[in-house]
Amino acid sequence: MTTTKINPQPKTLHAVVIRFVGDSGDGMQLTGTQFSDTSAMFGNDIATFPNYPAEIRAPQGSLYGVSGFQVHIGSVEINTPGDEVDLLVAMNPAGLKTNLHAVKPGHTIIVDTDAFTKKNLDKAQYDTNPLQDGSLENYQVIEVAMTSLTKEALKDIEGLDNKSITRSKNMFALGMVYWMYNRSTDHTIDFFKKKFSTKPELIEANTKVLNTGYYFAETLELIPNSYGVAPAKMAPGTYRIIMGNTATAWGFLAASEKSGLDLFLGSYPITPASDILHELAKHQHFGVKTFQAEDEIAGITSAIGASFAGNLAITTTSGPGLALKGEALGLAMMIEMPIVVVNVQRGGPSTGLPTKTEQSDLLQALYGRNGESPIIVIAASTPANCFDFAYQASKLTLEHMTPVVLLTDGYIANGSAPWKIKSVKDMPEIKTNIIHEYQEGWHPYDRDEDTLARSWAIPGTPGLEHRVGGLEKDRVSGNVSYVPDNHEYMVKIRAEKIKRVQNSIPELKSEFIDEGELLVIGWGGTFGSLYSAIKSIREKGYTSIGLAHFNYINPLPKNTEEVLKRFKKIIVCELNNGQFAKVLKLNFNDFEILQFNKIQGLPFGNEELIQKFKQLLK
Amino acid sequence: MDTTVEKKYTFKDFASDQEVRWCPGCDDYVILRAMQKALPEMGVKKQDVVFISGIGCSSRFPYYMDTYGMHSIHGRAPAIATGTKLANPNLSVWVITGDGDSMAIGGNHFIHVLRRNVDLNIVLFNNEIYGLTKGQFSPTSLVGQKTKSSPYGNTQPPFSAGELAIGAQARFFARIGGNTPKEMTQIFIEAEKFEGTSLIEVMQNCPIFNDGCYDEFTDKAVREDKQLFVEHGKPMIFGKERDKGLVLKGLKLEVVTIGENGITQEDILVHDAKEQDPTLHQMLVRLHYPKVTGIIRSYDDITFDERMDNQIKEVKRKSNFHYTDDLFFSGDTYEVK
Repeated sequence: MTTTKINPQPKTLHAVVIRFVGDSGDGMQLTGTQFSDTSAMFGNDIATFPNYPAEIRAPQGSLYGVSGFQVHIGSVEINTPGDEVDLLVAMNPAGLKTNLHAVKPGHTIIVDTDAFTKKNLDKAQYDTNPLQDGSLENYQVIEVAMTSLTKEALKDIEGLDNKSITRSKNMFALGMVYWMYNRSTDHTIDFFKKKFSTKPELIEANTKVLNTGYYFAETLELIPNSYGVAPAKMAPGTYRIIMGNTATAWGFLAASEKSGLDLFLGSYPITPASDILHELAKHQHFGVKTFQAEDEIAGITSAIGASFAGNLAITTTSGPGLALKGEALGLAMMIEMPIVVVNVQRGGPSTGLPTKTEQSDLLQALYGRNGESPIIVIAASTPANCFDFAYQASKLTLEHMTPVVLLTDGYIANGSAPWKIKSVKDMPEIKTNIIHEYQEGWHPYDRDEDTLARSWAIPGTPGLEHRVGGLEKDRVSGNVSYVPDNHEYMVKIRAEKIKRVQNSIPELKSEFIDEGELLVIGWGGTFGSLYSAIKSIREKGYTSIGLAHFNYINPLPKNTEEVLKRFKKIIVCELNNGQFAKVLKLNFNDFEILQFNKIQGLPFGNEELIQKFKQLLK
Repeated sequence: MDTTVEKKYTFKDFASDQEVRWCPGCDDYVILRAMQKALPEMGVKKQDVVFISGIGCSSRFPYYMDTYGMHSIHGRAPAIATGTKLANPNLSVWVITGDGDSMAIGGNHFIHVLRRNVDLNIVLFNNEIYGLTKGQFSPTSLVGQKTKSSPYGNTQPPFSAGELAIGAQARFFARIGGNTPKEMTQIFIEAEKFEGTSLIEVMQNCPIFNDGCYDEFTDKAVREDKQLFVEHGKPMIFGKERDKGLVLKGLKLEVVTIGENGITQEDILVHDAKEQDPTLHQMLVRLHYPKVTGIIRSYDDITFDERMDNQIKEVKRKSNFHYTDDLFFSGDTYEVK
């Protein structure tokens, strides 16, 4: 075993980014999740992001078969999974090759030398062994024969096949990283006990490998010291680590319980939205009905049918699926039926980049229907607040009797972060527009004076039999009407109904400062990137910069113009070619609106944002 | 399911105040009246009846029924109705569709609702033409048929609704002429009784764009000789003289005359609509002479909504999660002080 020289490092760190990479079958997601959970329980703030290939079983050792998991832990507030990596754990040459660019110069790489065979080097398209050719001299490389050390550790345990032995080498790596960052192995050992409750030999084996890795790092003189990342200051309470898609699913569960309506999900599988379907399918104990439909259209139309029958009905999809749902969404808008459409955005157009993130469905959500058909569009901005916005989408749809599109994206949907658990009893009330009995002169399109929401009469209720449909309807009776003036009236009242949602949503707040030189505008899943970049540039003395981050897109918050007015320059940063900037320009023509756009299927990097903001603050 | 009815309804209770706007002489009027007459006989409460339609002439139907109803979008009624039925299995849910709505634009939903066996009823108005868009060929139009979009004759072979449906695992399939309201009413009642997806194909004449398309089977003068109205448990006999019948010869159905060549009534096939194996039902559907009407297939099977309901009950019974808090605070949680 050889290694390059290690420079002394400080023992206490504020934040660390660790990336585990290996073959799809190497268990990198599990390794990363274990480290994240353990760190979160220790008290760190965290953010994680998985990065796995689109191919389900990519050939072993290939460059496109690399699976990765990144975690950012800190004693400070953490808003993103991080850009540059402090520690890379590479289980094979392909993992090293595809991830080396992300490692900060001078920082640490742990490799499994057993995987650096001629065959694997060829597959990773290395002409020479990077461990020997000097190409890694700017990094601290820790070479460990993990596979053989794992085999050695397990040679005395009975009943293990070769595959199980090799597969547990990821726990050797995890053990090493636990020692390096002063973490206890307890949580992971408890995990083994639960996961392998019927296979004691696997509990023993995994525990042994984990501990071997831990002690190996401790005794290895090549690692100079272990680092500490102290607990972060977080609001007291009960927490758990939650993925964005899970949080979305749970937000709907909470809204179902609070509103007293059964939850119905009609959905067709699509990356990266399917996990919401998977999650809700687990919760039949709450009476949730998940219907995997024959296509995207049946996904939404079955939900419309369930809504007609009085359920809290939702459908989940991603970009191309939203395109297919457009006509049905128009129907729901026309018959003024509550329904939530979750669009977990991915790279488009067409099939685009299914596993990559983008914010390019905003205009589709706003305008992707025939006729004058405004609906509510809102966006979640962090993995944890997917819960709040799924809940809010349900509340808005039920209280305003109009479809709601909830936009999230692959970045926050697959990312995870600590969530301070919310109990349903602490969530705001949800009032439905359900009517239970006939009153003289009742009509199905009678409207609430304040919200203009129509009354909701559900099949099974005597005396309220009525017909709804996609044809234009008379403003009073609700019967089909082709009268010209009536159509104009109905188009306008449906638009006014959406506008009045402004009275039910919070005002826009600018973060950091209320007025100044530069206002950064973002929406949806870029919150973490924008917030961290602005925070760090402010620490460098550029203090006249604020952030206005939008979660409510249609309607926009009432005070939007006032907030914009207080800054000299405005820049809209989004992961598309300028869609929200267009929306703002349409609404407010007194401002010069600058744009910063990235359309690479990737989130914003801290450094590129800081460079841009510095230019504008000169 | 509580289906007791306190009030005895008449057909008037199911007629809405809307003026019916189909073309004069259209069979759709017959279907509407048959439905309004059938509903009081079904033992369902008016407030529990829902009609969901797609787009097309037939799909205006819900507006004329004084029940809950939705006139939706083209081809999607079976999917909407599936959601409605799953959300509230107590409802009596009816899908009203046409040949274009169900077998062209909505083909996917049509086959899947049949496969799943959702407990709802589908009335398919098959006039072998597009009426509302004014006369183009449909997926059931005949090869060679001249229409607005096939001035030199249709070059697309047609679907047979019954064959498609049974191929998609339909448990209940009935076919009826658009000019036989009494039998139609009875079939609607039977369809409602049947637990599972019931498909009723109505051979519906379009007097404007495809007039007389079924005359060879449905005209009063020939109907008894050309149609075989099947009933479960009864021999398949037809003809004005009740002397014609079906026998199985090898792998083919053959028409025979009772009293000729030593054939007696005992030789005639007895209709078994409840048989699981659909082979004979498919043969009956395919037959051109006689045209088979009545309930051709009625095989009892567990429904999708019942399966889902049972599963949810079972999961609820076994689970410790009753409120979302039980889930949210379970597993790997940790305290920050």
